Amino acid sequence: MLALLVLVAPLLGGAVVAAAPRRGGLRWAAVATNGATLALGVTLAVRVLAHGPVTGAGGVLRADALSAFMVVVIGAVALLASWLGIRTVALDLAAGTMTPTRAAAYAILVQGFIATMLLAVLAANLGVLWVAVEATTIVTTFLVGSRRTRGSLEAAWKYLIICSVGIALAFFGTVLFYLAALHAGGHSAQALDWTSLMATARHLDPAVVRLGFALVVLGYGTKVGLAPMHSWLPDAHSQAPTPVSALMSGVLLSVAFYAILRFKAVADLSLGPSFSREVLVVVALLSLAVAASLLIAQRDYKRLLAYSSIEHMGLIALGAAAGTRLAIAAVLLQILGHGLTKTVLFLTSGEIMAAEGTSHIDGVRALLARRPALGGLFGVGLVALLGFPPFSLFSSELLMTRAEFGVGLGWVAVVAVALMVVIFVAVVGHARHMLFGPGETAAVDATPPRWVAAPLVGGLVACALIGVVAWPLSGLLVAAAHVVRP
Amino acid sequence: MTFSSALALAAGAVLVCAVSVLWLTSVRSVIRAVAIQGVALGTVALILGVDQRDPGLIAAASVVLVLKGAVIPALLSRSGGGDSRGRESRPLVNVPASLVAAAALIVVAFVTTRGVGRFVGTSAGSLVPVGVATMLIGFFVLVTRRRPVFQIVGLLMVDNGIALVAFLSTAGVPFLIELGVSLDIFLGVMMLMVLTRRLKVEFGDVDLDELQELRD
Repeated sequence: MLALLVLVAPLLGGAVVAAAPRRGGLRWAAVATNGATLALGVTLAVRVLAHGPVTGAGGVLRADALSAFMVVVIGAVALLASWLGIRTVALDLAAGTMTPTRAAAYAILVQGFIATMLLAVLAANLGVLWVAVEATTIVTTFLVGSRRTRGSLEAAWKYLIICSVGIALAFFGTVLFYLAALHAGGHSAQALDWTSLMATARHLDPAVVRLGFALVVLGYGTKVGLAPMHSWLPDAHSQAPTPVSALMSGVLLSVAFYAILRFKAVADLSLGPSFSREVLVVVALLSLAVAASLLIAQRDYKRLLAYSSIEHMGLIALGAAAGTRLAIAAVLLQILGHGLTKTVLFLTSGEIMAAEGTSHIDGVRALLARRPALGGLFGVGLVALLGFPPFSLFSSELLMTRAEFGVGLGWVAVVAVALMVVIFVAVVGHARHMLFGPGETAAVDATPPRWVAAPLVGGLVACALIGVVAWPLSGLLVAAAHVVRP
Repeated sequence: MTFSSALALAAGAVLVCAVSVLWLTSVRSVIRAVAIQGVALGTVALILGVDQRDPGLIAAASVVLVLKGAVIPALLSRSGGGDSRGRESRPLVNVPASLVAAAALIVVAFVTTRGVGRFVGTSAGSLVPVGVATMLIGFFVLVTRRRPVFQIVGLLMVDNGIALVAFLSTAGVPFLIELGVSLDIFLGVMMLMVLTRRLKVEFGDVDLDELQELRD
């Protein structure tokens, strides 16, 4: 019942907003229901920690600690993104670039997008998980192309084609796991259920599982934005409306990675940890290298944030490659920290773009002097993103690196840290360009309204608090790590 | 005709349709080829379903026959019918080279996935490489053709190849999931057609490699 409620809440919000697209006040309904999703996620986590996994909707839905954690992440990012979405839609309506009809469609699609992500993390069956992830692609394509400019249509086309190919490979991988499970004596209707798959995992044919897992990493990795299948990501993230970019970068990538984690758990029981480690190390280092090389000469700050997402997904894949319980807990903490920070940064970049009229790094100067509020938020967000304490990305990156050394991936960790230094220098260089400099002209309308700044500040404060006092989360993180590494 | 030869014939038809897309140049005949491929795929599922008396599989077969054999091709030819040029302009790889590449891909498919076929252990399972070859040729079409319609066809072929593997190796995923998968694919193709139309409305008749606004 609780799991079903989580799924229905965002749709309810979308329906209310779409029912009266001209009534601006009603747009808060989506924010309220996304807040409810976050609260329900916390409730779910408490329930799961106390009484074990929760099922719902006749066994189609199942929430363990890992699912509950992901619901919390989705709820938090959705709350922030829909809050700022009110402003984006209002600005677009005032400028005449959006009609009330399109605003209604936009609300339904965004809330539907959130619901499909929730279905993905709550699905009891890996086949249903696939259907849900594919559904996120379809829903978001319209959102990416919603501005109907040449660039956004190009991005939407690339996004849909590349991700469809990727997700087709993931389906192939899923079929191979299904085949192995049937041969290990699974009943056809339940063979892809998480619980029965984990129960038979030790008897699965290793050769078939090996091929299946490689395809799953390549396939879902496309949606995660892992190299070599990342090329849709910067285009889609830079062309989508900013709340959608925030949702895609903040959680959609992690939801796809969640799918890889589930399959990794099964594959590790069948093959031992070394095979999944090798596969993940390759894609992780490749992603970090791609991100580093394209961040150096980056000219667009939304694309800069997009490449930084590829970097973080690479770090997460590397943490998962280490694969100890501590490493998995750190990976999940990184998912939460990156989700919050990147959401705030994308939403702030949307404000900067609205104020400055350009997404070029060269076009923005002396932001701290001219627009202290926006510049400050952007600067602090980047500090958090680069992994400075007290923000939680510092602790999670440290924990992941330590875990990598602990399992003999020391040289990999050294290469990763070297690439992170390159990325650090590149991002700081671009940020210096945008933030500092003589601010001769004071901007007229310099500060965003308080209700716009509040969620952005709140997101960063939350990220810092988690970094300082992780204990409210630690029980959930450890329990979730146990799901991946029983 | 015996069960296994009927099955081999239908699976072979899926692969022949994939290869034929490489030398067909008009939009209409390519759409027809992918429609026939859908029918052949549905027939494979139907033969297996009747043989195993599996109502779920027969239902899945009828979904495939209706959706991939009729509905999607019909929608495609409606949106592609207004295509003023009506043919692929300049594929990145010409027809003879494409056919050589297809032959190589078929060999690769057989070498790499014969093991999976042996693992399945049935006569249907031994046909698994046919599905993989179809998938690989679909990828090839996807990366070497420039017209939007051809890319949609390539994607459908990738999908048909994987569906063929699923039917042959596991007698299909459970029906509920099959339904979800079919729905997703249908919606995905619809989306691609909507995007094709928008691209045409906004910019006229474009080749996809003319879309180069976004790059680093």
